[in-house]
Amino acid sequence: MTTAPPTGDLTAGAERAEPGPRDDAGPARRHRHRLLILLTATALLLVVAVLSVMIGARAIAPGTVWDALFHFDDSDEHVMVRELRVPRTVIGLVTGAALGLSGALIQAFTRNPLADPGILGVNAGASLAVTFAVAVLGYTAAGQFIWFALGGAFGLTVLVYALGSIGADRGTPVKLTLAGVAFTAVCGGFTSAMALKSTTTFDVMRFWGVGSIGGRSLDILPVALPLIGAGLLLGLLSAGSLNALALGDDIARSLGTRLAVTRVAVILAVTLLAGTAVAIAGPISFVGLMVPHIVRWFVGPDQRWILPVTVIVAPAFLLVADIIGRVVLPSGELRVGLVTALVGAPVLVALVRRRKVSTL
Amino acid sequence: MSTRTASQPPETTPPPIGAVRARSPKNRPGKVDPGRATWTLRRGGVALRVDRRAVLVCAVLTVVVAALGVVTLGSGSISLTPVQVLSALLDPDADPRARLVVVTWRLPRLLFAVVCGAALAISGALFQSLTKNPLGSPDVIGFASGSYAGASVVMLLLGTANYLAVASGSLIGGALTALLVYLLAYRGGLRPFRLIIVGIAVGAFLGSLTSMLLLSVSPQQAMLAATWGAGSLSGLGFEQLRATAVVFAVLLVGAALVVRPLVHLEMGDDAAVALGVRAQRARLTATVVGVALTALVTAAAGPIAFIALAAPQIAQRLTRSSTTLRIVPAALAGAAVLVGADFIAQRIDLPVGVVTVCVGGAYLAWLLARQYAGRRR
Repeated sequence: MTTAPPTGDLTAGAERAEPGPRDDAGPARRHRHRLLILLTATALLLVVAVLSVMIGARAIAPGTVWDALFHFDDSDEHVMVRELRVPRTVIGLVTGAALGLSGALIQAFTRNPLADPGILGVNAGASLAVTFAVAVLGYTAAGQFIWFALGGAFGLTVLVYALGSIGADRGTPVKLTLAGVAFTAVCGGFTSAMALKSTTTFDVMRFWGVGSIGGRSLDILPVALPLIGAGLLLGLLSAGSLNALALGDDIARSLGTRLAVTRVAVILAVTLLAGTAVAIAGPISFVGLMVPHIVRWFVGPDQRWILPVTVIVAPAFLLVADIIGRVVLPSGELRVGLVTALVGAPVLVALVRRRKVSTL
Repeated sequence: MSTRTASQPPETTPPPIGAVRARSPKNRPGKVDPGRATWTLRRGGVALRVDRRAVLVCAVLTVVVAALGVVTLGSGSISLTPVQVLSALLDPDADPRARLVVVTWRLPRLLFAVVCGAALAISGALFQSLTKNPLGSPDVIGFASGSYAGASVVMLLLGTANYLAVASGSLIGGALTALLVYLLAYRGGLRPFRLIIVGIAVGAFLGSLTSMLLLSVSPQQAMLAATWGAGSLSGLGFEQLRATAVVFAVLLVGAALVVRPLVHLEMGDDAAVALGVRAQRARLTATVVGVALTALVTAAAGPIAFIALAAPQIAQRLTRSSTTLRIVPAALAGAAVLVGADFIAQRIDLPVGVVTVCVGGAYLAWLLARQYAGRRR
């Protein structure tokens, strides 16, 4: 016979979700607590954005940054701020927000803690298209990859959705997840086959495959911003429906949620956000996976809070990782796609050990 | 969160309440209807009920593996007909040149494919049951990323491509990582959710370190490491096979012993404990056996991806089982996928791991499409 441990740790599969940040607090206090978190996160994001413009191979004083933005003269530092640091920070803010929200959406939608935006095939599709561009068409400059990445990301997601929505109950999360796994694998296989057949392709791909927000020009923004903006809008509007979906499909339907509409909206939002982000910066893992988990442990299970707070916290995290990547090496810099996991993983482990974590 | 909801075809309409079911010979009062076609084997006081579909699926898969094996053994720079292959295998007096090609050169690689495919599939089945997650695989506990990191350190920092050195590097890296993940996730018990999160974090951390290493060396060196990282069966002989097979047999017994408690645990810990399952002990055993199976393959052939993920799902769909934890069908499905993938890999000269994901992924997609379309049953 087994003796049950006193802590009730045996409820592993069915860990109870924390009802809110503080069980004993009334609704008003809980609301204030979350508002405080939102404000703190926003303040943090502003500070980090300013730091991101200041810190780098050459530190620039805040006053100089101000002058560069509003009283521009042709000095080296002003040019550096305008041409390098500000674009880099803006790209970081945009991709960070996109990656974070797409991760939060896909986790809420699939109710799977292992799900990241890549599950719908976004990264695999982009990688396949870019590898094809390098190996077969002979492109080598990162700037030329954007359209291939975008096309590949969207193309594969459409395929995944098409497979996942065959049959009577269209596009349930489990079906989509498995469809994504299957197609991602096939694409990954073709990508490595092409890369391992030629040293040149492999060399280009090993760098593209680790995302970076440095050295990007802002020319992409007129295309990227509408796509990401639409994704943000669509994603944030789905928060209420996702709350209902968390109770199970049947209850959600009886609460008046239109399941088919919600599914299409969420998948479209994830594709727009993650697809555009991978086109701008290359695959950056871990942001979309980690930030929503952490945010949920702080604000509770309400998606109407998780989604907006993630939109604020994710770019802050991405910029912090990028700043660390700029200064950590004696010369040169680490690409942000590497630093996110190196910085984020210890934080995630510490939090999951410390907090009474909630499953999805 | 489980595949069960997806894999179960919609129930047929239940009989109206109060309806009396016809008393067919299959539906006598006092007889339990397991809901599936079964065969009952009796001998003396022992009776065993086996699932008819599972037995048929296993038989078909065995035939597929054997057929693929004969084709693989017969093809290469010296091609042989299936008859020549069979006679070389079974008849000691056959053409010695054919025996040399088939038995000495090609057979070890084929047997390796069978053993590795089966081992990975069982490992995946254990972990998917353990984590109650269709995305669960031994990678969850970080073994694959750890062994890739360990092998990369040996190949790129120590600069040796020696088989034994790389294998031990990968084993040490993988084992240390798995241990680290287990310890970090353990807090008065092992919860699947915490295990998953810690596994993601540690795996991502090591993945970044490996990428850093790959970016810092010459493209040729990086490609060498990446080729190992894809997993390849080339260059394996009978010496390595013997040790691998013995360890595999031992682990197979371990896996068979842990199946029943794990199936009970899929119903939730409370129900399983009430049935007399020691939850924590069963989980620890399953973790150790699963990791050891992966380690066995990784040491021999590198981290071959995707079989652990796909084979249990494929087997579950073929047998229409309610759980992914059916180790015999899963093992046979894994062996079939790896043997088939290795046949293609030898033709196009790429590491087998690259082909595995294509073949396995395409087959999984096709199975899903058929299942979703509801044409099955």
